[in-house]
Amino acid sequence: MWDPPPDPDHPSQQPTSRRSSQGSDRRPSWDSSQLQPSVPEEQPLMPLGPQMLPQQQASQELWANHPNLSQMSEAFQAPEARMGSVEYPIRGAGYSQEFQPYSYIDENRGQGLEHRASLLLQEVDQAHGNLLQHLESAYQDPRSELLGQFNPYQREDLQLEDTQHQPYVRNDPDIHYLPSELAFGTYGMEVPEPEPRELAVQNAKAYLLQTSVKCDLSLYEHLVNLLTKLLNQRPEDPLSILESLNRTTQREWFHPKLDTMRDDPEMQLTYEMAEKQKALFIRSGGGEGEQEMEEEVTETPVPNIMETAFYFEQAGIGLGSDESFRIFLALRQLVEQQPILTCRFWGKILGLKRSYLVAEVEFREGEEEGEEEEVEEMMEGADVMEAHGEEEGEEDEEKAADMIPKSMWKPPPVIPREESRSGANKYLYFVCNEPGRPWTRLPHVTPAQIVHARKIKKFFTGYLDAPVVSYPPFPGNEANYLRAQIARISAATHISPLGFYQFGEEEGDEEEEGGAGRDSFEENPDFEGIPVLELVDSMANWVHHTQHILPQGRCTWVNPLQKSEEEEDLGEEEEKADEGIEEVEQEVGPPLLTPLSEDAEIMHLSPWTARLSCSLCPQYSLAIVRSNLWPGAYAYATGKKFENIYIGWGHKYSPENFNPALPAPIQQEYPSGPEIMEATDPTVEEEQALKAAQEQALAAAEEEEEEEEEDEEEDVDD
Amino acid sequence: MDSESLLLSLELASGSGQGLSPDRRASLLTSLMLVKRDYRYDRVLFWGRVLGLVADYYIAQGLSEDQLAPRKTLYSLNCMEWSLLPPATEEMLLQTSVVSGRFLGDPSHEYEHTELQKVNDGDKVFEEEVVIQIKEETRLVSIIDQIDKAVAIIPRGALFKTPFGTTHVNRTFEGLSLSEAKKLSSYFHFKEAVELKNKTLLEKADLDPSLDFMDSLEHDIPKGSWSIQMERSNALVVLRSLLWPGLTFYHAPCTKNYGYIYVGTGEKNIDLPFML
Repeated sequence: MWDPPPDPDHPSQQPTSRRSSQGSDRRPSWDSSQLQPSVPEEQPLMPLGPQMLPQQQASQELWANHPNLSQMSEAFQAPEARMGSVEYPIRGAGYSQEFQPYSYIDENRGQGLEHRASLLLQEVDQAHGNLLQHLESAYQDPRSELLGQFNPYQREDLQLEDTQHQPYVRNDPDIHYLPSELAFGTYGMEVPEPEPRELAVQNAKAYLLQTSVKCDLSLYEHLVNLLTKLLNQRPEDPLSILESLNRTTQREWFHPKLDTMRDDPEMQLTYEMAEKQKALFIRSGGGEGEQEMEEEVTETPVPNIMETAFYFEQAGIGLGSDESFRIFLALRQLVEQQPILTCRFWGKILGLKRSYLVAEVEFREGEEEGEEEEVEEMMEGADVMEAHGEEEGEEDEEKAADMIPKSMWKPPPVIPREESRSGANKYLYFVCNEPGRPWTRLPHVTPAQIVHARKIKKFFTGYLDAPVVSYPPFPGNEANYLRAQIARISAATHISPLGFYQFGEEEGDEEEEGGAGRDSFEENPDFEGIPVLELVDSMANWVHHTQHILPQGRCTWVNPLQKSEEEEDLGEEEEKADEGIEEVEQEVGPPLLTPLSEDAEIMHLSPWTARLSCSLCPQYSLAIVRSNLWPGAYAYATGKKFENIYIGWGHKYSPENFNPALPAPIQQEYPSGPEIMEATDPTVEEEQALKAAQEQALAAAEEEEEEEEEDEEEDVDD
Repeated sequence: MDSESLLLSLELASGSGQGLSPDRRASLLTSLMLVKRDYRYDRVLFWGRVLGLVADYYIAQGLSEDQLAPRKTLYSLNCMEWSLLPPATEEMLLQTSVVSGRFLGDPSHEYEHTELQKVNDGDKVFEEEVVIQIKEETRLVSIIDQIDKAVAIIPRGALFKTPFGTTHVNRTFEGLSLSEAKKLSSYFHFKEAVELKNKTLLEKADLDPSLDFMDSLEHDIPKGSWSIQMERSNALVVLRSLLWPGLTFYHAPCTKNYGYIYVGTGEKNIDLPFML
């Protein structure tokens, strides 16, 4: 209009600057809209834009003629003051983009200038803002329209630009003023009026420093904390963990470390346990240290757990080296407390709440069963009590007028427990839950317990006094069940290389043992060791060295009937009943030191798996045998060394489902006979007929006095 | 357990008595590294081993960036040469469910199963015995899949879900606290949630969608199928599955160390209801 046509010199530069000016224009104005909310400076350029579309070219020309922006703004000022409107120049700025196929790289050059211009315009606007206020609510949409309008004119790949191109992102009104501040920074020296900007910064900071009712922390402080943390720690890829970092920073602010006066109750158990275990590591007694050392070097029944653990580790089995050492210390503690001749780490049985570490020991001669006998007496006492109860009951029954039919059932004769140091009770077992906790001695096992343990399958809880809830009912608590399972596992899985043990010289009492074979053996001093490869190849090179437990629950067979005859306190009737029972067949198990190759198969599966510990170096590896019948039972052998261990749940493998024993069959009804048959009540006629008959009889009786007795009986019957 | 912290993990999981021999450990460390490179996995887990009568299967799993994406399973008999197993399908599960007993250790071994099938021959319908042959490899695939779905677990917070829906390892996971570690509700099934969708709004109200996006063990059926106990003088929490005996999960509270390993016969404990 009042400007000459565009110079041919500046076609490229100016549109660029203008285009960017649009962006920078808006940014400061957005800021200032916060500062001066009553005056919507932006409005003029937005809503009016579309209307002015035809004038674009003209305004662009106008724009182009003022490369010097200070000039330009001066030029604007006058007409705008006059016209009372800013539309023209700014609209022009807004729409000049359609003529810009150029890159925006150097567009920042214009920003500061443009901004200054816009600031001037803002001042003008303030005077006329009221006129434009009605547009305020609508300003957002027109802007997007505006953007939409110039979009098609820019580049074909504008979609990408929107996200990739910096200026656009910055132009987004949702982004805070920071980018534009950066723009200011570049041209800081040139900006003549610092006050509004400082004010903007201060206002923004004040906004950020606001704290909400809910929390004390302001966003500003939080950001400072966050950035400090980021810069201090310099984590890799900070963007990806920004969210969680955000959270933790905030949390740390609100939850400072607990006061040192307060102790953390959570950890107490851990510390207590550590304290207990510490006792294991400290040698008892300070002054006697030397003596003790001598003693222990000469004879100690504590096994070399670490060596065993090392060999088992070669097989991929074991509890870990440090745990093994703790077990070693715990065993040493046990040996110090008890008169122990030999000691072995039997294994570990896993439980639901706790696990059991099991030690297999043998007491020294003479130092036998102090506790055990007491326990036994207790048990026997209990039995006696029970027996008493029964007898009393019987007496009562006799006294009672109405005879209750006596039960014909007799409990099967109790099979006596095996003596300690023989059969299933050859060793004593101590258990503890964790190294450092006290060892508890398990009671001897009774045949009944073994027989019942075979019928049930229960998890161990880890508490010895827990009841075993099962069907058929198990005689005893978990300690007894544990002992029975240990006996079964030992009997089935304790194996040694052939020839390591041999039978002793003196034999002869074989007959008396009940034919179960010799039950004692000794180490073979001439044992040379079997080559590892042979041990792996043939199971015949391994033998059981623990006695087989017979179905009866004992290792040596005892005739239950014989016993009952010996105890002659039983009544005559019972003896007669005994005669009725057929002679019980003697149970015979495989003799001691039977090769594994004779073990029964489990459903066509071999009960043992043997292999080398390392296939890559067979010459230095061990022979490992794994039991498939008792998963968790392992044995190794190399040279003259061998060892067995069990780590598992204490259950036997069965290829089929476990079937709990069925309840006993229902007892037969009492045989029906005339004495228990219910008769129909006589009718009145029948009674009268009877009476008449009786009277007749009475009359006859008077005549025949001898028949009196019969009459009386009839009366009783009625 | 993560193959990168294999040694520490094995040490922590050794409470069940099942470890690896030194030669196996060494070869795993080497070969899993190569597996990770060759298959371009984001993470490689050593899953465990299935004990066979003749040989054991060593199982590893490869995870992609998204931790809950279907895992690739590999097996090896010597810990060196790994073969990729096909993904398990419904059909496979159905087919192998008839096989019971121990694994042999020979992937090409074929189990035979006779089945009565109805055959239509014109008007007559008669039953015919059909022998179905099932490869041990197929059985292995289905067993691993079953174990994974039933008892693969991770502690709460170890993974997080991004807003984009993928699941990532939570780098800021600092372990469960001691009191949390003793609760079953702090452990999740390492699989896409199934039960979560059935929960009521009220139950879901307290859940954090970025952390609680998997099923917790709390409501596992049968109840009591987990044994949770503290080991190593309270410094380690160990969960053992009673349903799949052999699966051990360990987590040292207040540390990032967690993982699970399966060493077992690959048989489900169907007697569990009688044993509790």
